[in-house]
Amino acid sequence: MASGRYSAFRLLAEGLGGHRGWGRAWRDPAPKPAYDVVIIGGGGHGLASAYYLAKEHGIANVAVLERGAIGLGNTGRNTTIVRSNYLYPQNNRFYEKSLQLWEGLEQDLNFNVMMSQRGVLNLFHSDSQRDQYARRGNSMRLNGIDAELLDREQVRRLVPILDFDNARFPIYGGLLQKRGGTARHDAVAWGFARGADKYGVDIIQNCEVTSIRMTRGWVVGVETTRGYIAAKKIGIAVAGHTSHVASMAGLRLPVESHILQAFVSEGLKPLIDGVVTFGAGHFYMSQSDKGGLVFGGGLDGYNSYARRGNLPTVEHVWTEGVALIPALSRVRVLRQWAGVMDMTFDGSPLICKTPVEGLYLNGGWCYGGFKATPGSGWCFAHTIAKDAPHELNAAMTIERFRQGRTIDEKGAGPFPWLH
Amino acid sequence: MHRISCPFCGARDEIEFHYRGDATVLRPAPGAEAEVFYDYVYTRDNPMGWHIEWWHHVSGCRQWIKVLRNTATHEIKAVSKAQDKIEKPR
Ligand SMILES: Cc1cc2nc3c(=O)[nH]c(=O)nc-3n(C[C@H](O)[C@H](O)[C@H](O)COP(=O)(O)OP(=O)(O)OC[C@H]3O[C@@H](n4cnc5c(N)ncnc54)[C@H](O)[C@@H]3O)c2cc1C
Ligand SMILES: [Zn+2]
Repeated sequence: MASGRYSAFRLLAEGLGGHRGWGRAWRDPAPKPAYDVVIIGGGGHGLASAYYLAKEHGIANVAVLERGAIGLGNTGRNTTIVRSNYLYPQNNRFYEKSLQLWEGLEQDLNFNVMMSQRGVLNLFHSDSQRDQYARRGNSMRLNGIDAELLDREQVRRLVPILDFDNARFPIYGGLLQKRGGTARHDAVAWGFARGADKYGVDIIQNCEVTSIRMTRGWVVGVETTRGYIAAKKIGIAVAGHTSHVASMAGLRLPVESHILQAFVSEGLKPLIDGVVTFGAGHFYMSQSDKGGLVFGGGLDGYNSYARRGNLPTVEHVWTEGVALIPALSRVRVLRQWAGVMDMTFDGSPLICKTPVEGLYLNGGWCYGGFKATPGSGWCFAHTIAKDAPHELNAAMTIERFRQGRTIDEKGAGPFPWLH
Repeated sequence: MHRISCPFCGARDEIEFHYRGDATVLRPAPGAEAEVFYDYVYTRDNPMGWHIEWWHHVSGCRQWIKVLRNTATHEIKAVSKAQDKIEKPR
């Protein structure tokens, strides 16, 4: 059953009927023998790609194949920060397109993704870091993106609870992107799934791709746990499993899988309004609508597919939090988990064609791919439909490493675990 | 928590070590083709399962060691000195 349009009036009407009339939000079809496009991976990126293929390019004979249930990969595991405050134009123009799509996403999808533009504030703790943040802010403004450099007193008015006079990391100010914020991770997967389904896209769960079939350098289909499915074009969007799935087509990529943890505290009264990041380490935090503090830090730091983190990182992340807000030392953490990150060798993503004809790659999202979800789907759909990248993702190729055109925001070099 | 048995110091917590990635990629000869260097610097097998990797005992003996570790379970099966050979289980 199609689920119809969602609205306040519908909510009232369904409420009177005891909420028994909503119906499924998307169908549960059996796989057809063949599709124009098969997308491997039912995370936000795969689902958004299918949605924009149907909506922008009129290609609706599409299947999204997900080995488990949709949205339970990194899409359902992240700290939900959405922003476009990158240094390099190859990144910030792309992420800005994505942010603009976020701004209209609820109306477009007719689904509440709880997009909340509560601001993202990056703190700096020294004169040289101020210069570096000013440079990034200038690069953003040159590309038409909002950025404001705040001094210490402006930051204090915004987030009074911070430890401004920490002996080692005093707060000098911050770079604020007001249009940044957070969104509801699960809702984004569900909204894109429902939207794509309405155009006729088949969302097929519990269907793991086990190999990619090719003839004379062209893809012809995929072998799955639910049988063989033929496809004229195949898009890979499997995040932490990018190397594994790409190897089914003989590709060896500049990608390693690493784990990243996240944490949620007990519910508290309002403590911080927006997203705040610590500049002297890697720590970021926001407060959910339920009052829990949602926070995270850096990678555990070694190759892993384990989807659980280790204690040294727990201690490190919390120590950073307490250095920033001493009051956190009294807060109890309720939950902790991890996701498998597709880390590239320069920290920037891949949305591109591959050396195999008809095979397209979306991956290398490191730990910044949630904010990219709509923009990534939009650009990947374009790349698949036209067999050529959009100018917004033209730099996000595999070849950039070979050509020396890496997009290394952090300047960390070819070490995935340092990005 | 990984406990790594350094061949020089004995079992220590992972926090004493720095990670330095896949130990099966070998630096090519200076005159090798650019393509060979590209593979050395940038591409990896990235296996789900056994992985031979470099760890540096920075807070201990400061020696580089090789570790055979499972990327799916975090089990450590073997540790050796840098110059010794470690085989992946079949
Ligand atoms: C702890 C944590 C915090 C994060 N914080 C942020 C943040 O604050 N802001 C931000 O922008 N990003 C953040 N990220 C990154 C972000 O979550 C990801 O980059 C993004 O969600 C990736 O989306 P995806 O659709 O590519 O991947 P996923 O949601 O992981 O989807 C990939 C899907 O592919 C499926 N799959 C894999 N192999 C196969 C196969 N062989 N056959 C079929 N299906 C397969 C998987 O089951 C999975 O559902 C964070 C990530 C983590 C783990
Ligand atoms: Zn030692």
